[in-house]
Amino acid sequence: MKNIKTIFSVLLLVMSLTACKDDKSNNEDDLAVYQCPMKCEGEKTYTTLGSCPVCKMDLKRIEDSKIVSSSEISDESIFNLTTKWNTEEGKTIQLQDLKGKPLVMVMIYTTCKAACPRLVADMRNIEAKIPKDRLKDLQFVLVSIDPETDTPERLKAFAIENLMDDEQWVFLQGTETGVREFANVLAVKYKQITPLDFSHSNIISVFDSGGELIHQQEGLGVDNKETISTILELIK
Amino acid sequence: MKTVLRLTICFLIICFTEVNCQSKMVSIKGGSYTPLYGRDSLQVTIEDFQMDVYPITNLEYLEFVIKNPKWQRSQVKKIFADGSYLREWKSDIVIGDSISLNAPITNVSWFAANAYCDCMGKRLPTIDEWEYAAMANETMPDARTLETYNEYILSWYEKPKTFNNEIGSTFKNYWNVYDLHGLVWEWTSDFNSVLVSGESRKDVDNDSNLFCGSGAIGATDLMNYAAFMRYAIRGSLKAKFTMKNLGFRCVKNSIK
Repeated sequence: MKNIKTIFSVLLLVMSLTACKDDKSNNEDDLAVYQCPMKCEGEKTYTTLGSCPVCKMDLKRIEDSKIVSSSEISDESIFNLTTKWNTEEGKTIQLQDLKGKPLVMVMIYTTCKAACPRLVADMRNIEAKIPKDRLKDLQFVLVSIDPETDTPERLKAFAIENLMDDEQWVFLQGTETGVREFANVLAVKYKQITPLDFSHSNIISVFDSGGELIHQQEGLGVDNKETISTILELIK
Repeated sequence: MKTVLRLTICFLIICFTEVNCQSKMVSIKGGSYTPLYGRDSLQVTIEDFQMDVYPITNLEYLEFVIKNPKWQRSQVKKIFADGSYLREWKSDIVIGDSISLNAPITNVSWFAANAYCDCMGKRLPTIDEWEYAAMANETMPDARTLETYNEYILSWYEKPKTFNNEIGSTFKNYWNVYDLHGLVWEWTSDFNSVLVSGESRKDVDNDSNLFCGSGAIGATDLMNYAAFMRYAIRGSLKAKFTMKNLGFRCVKNSIK
């Protein structure tokens, strides 16, 4: 009879442990920041509710989206994606590891003969317009939509071949669902046509250092003026 | 005494699998077929796979959000679900009065559906897999040429509020799968991959796919209006959108 009880309790225990295992970081929402709505004291912020010492107006809570400095990430941030990626250097990272610099992102695949070389050229054209000494403040990210073919080694070779092996470039290999999820955040559509060919939309996306989408440039060889001014604004 | 013990263990194991909410799956035998929008070769080959017999229900989804609070209505990140996520629910873990526990879960985003299946060790079906399983009627694996098959689906489109019917209330198809037509629309993993917008890698008339009229000319089966509706809906969705009549079910690769 004791046996049954033991078995029963063990099973109960196992049953209660079936939640997904990806609950790493419970963001503490109680790190609220308040600021005078008139900004009498410029960007000065307070951690408690109260009134502005200058104009006496009630302090207002600053929306999470404006906070990019601390460990907090906003609801709209791509850093909420927790999938793992391999870089061309063979490191395993999460998108969150790219936090801190504005990101310029594009989705490509290395066996692509038509649009991707032009997309890659578009990325390089953008890079060329950024002052050399500011490049270290930016991260250009190329995400492969063909994780099966585009191994870290292959991505590294591609980087060298296309003169994109400097620090500011990073290439990412994900998992099939990870890539699909990422594409859905960027609203990039793609479909495998043959084992080595995909049709995909050509979009270059710019994110601020907190991972929020700021700007998207759609199409090939299009005027990149707006994209560049957005980036320059971000690294000002 | 021994038999009692064995029986108890059996019973508990059954309970265990139930509690683990691994909803029932059936095997779908792979094959080739021509989808509405094809790839270059037109014919698409589907590998054998396992599919949930029913769409995920409110009850199953409730269990999921209880175990995974980050998918509760007040916790979910805006990037993963729009404002109407689980709108009909009373609170984070209470389903609305008017909603049946055994009705399919709706008002969930692609991200939520994807996370649910991932959590169960499954995945969302591809469009091709879903369409392949859904072209069956009660007796045939491919009933798309039958008038009755198309009429059934179109008459469903005319019925209001089918999303609140319980799972299993439509017909069991050739593969023993229920409710592919007649209850709710369902998410697929690559839902938006057909109507590729923006300039595509190929310069061939992809733009025409953006418009229903000319898109239909590119379709392989002009009679399959019902399927065309599904592709049009999918093309109009974004991954964080939620809809009152859009649910999902999961699939898994067959073990070879």
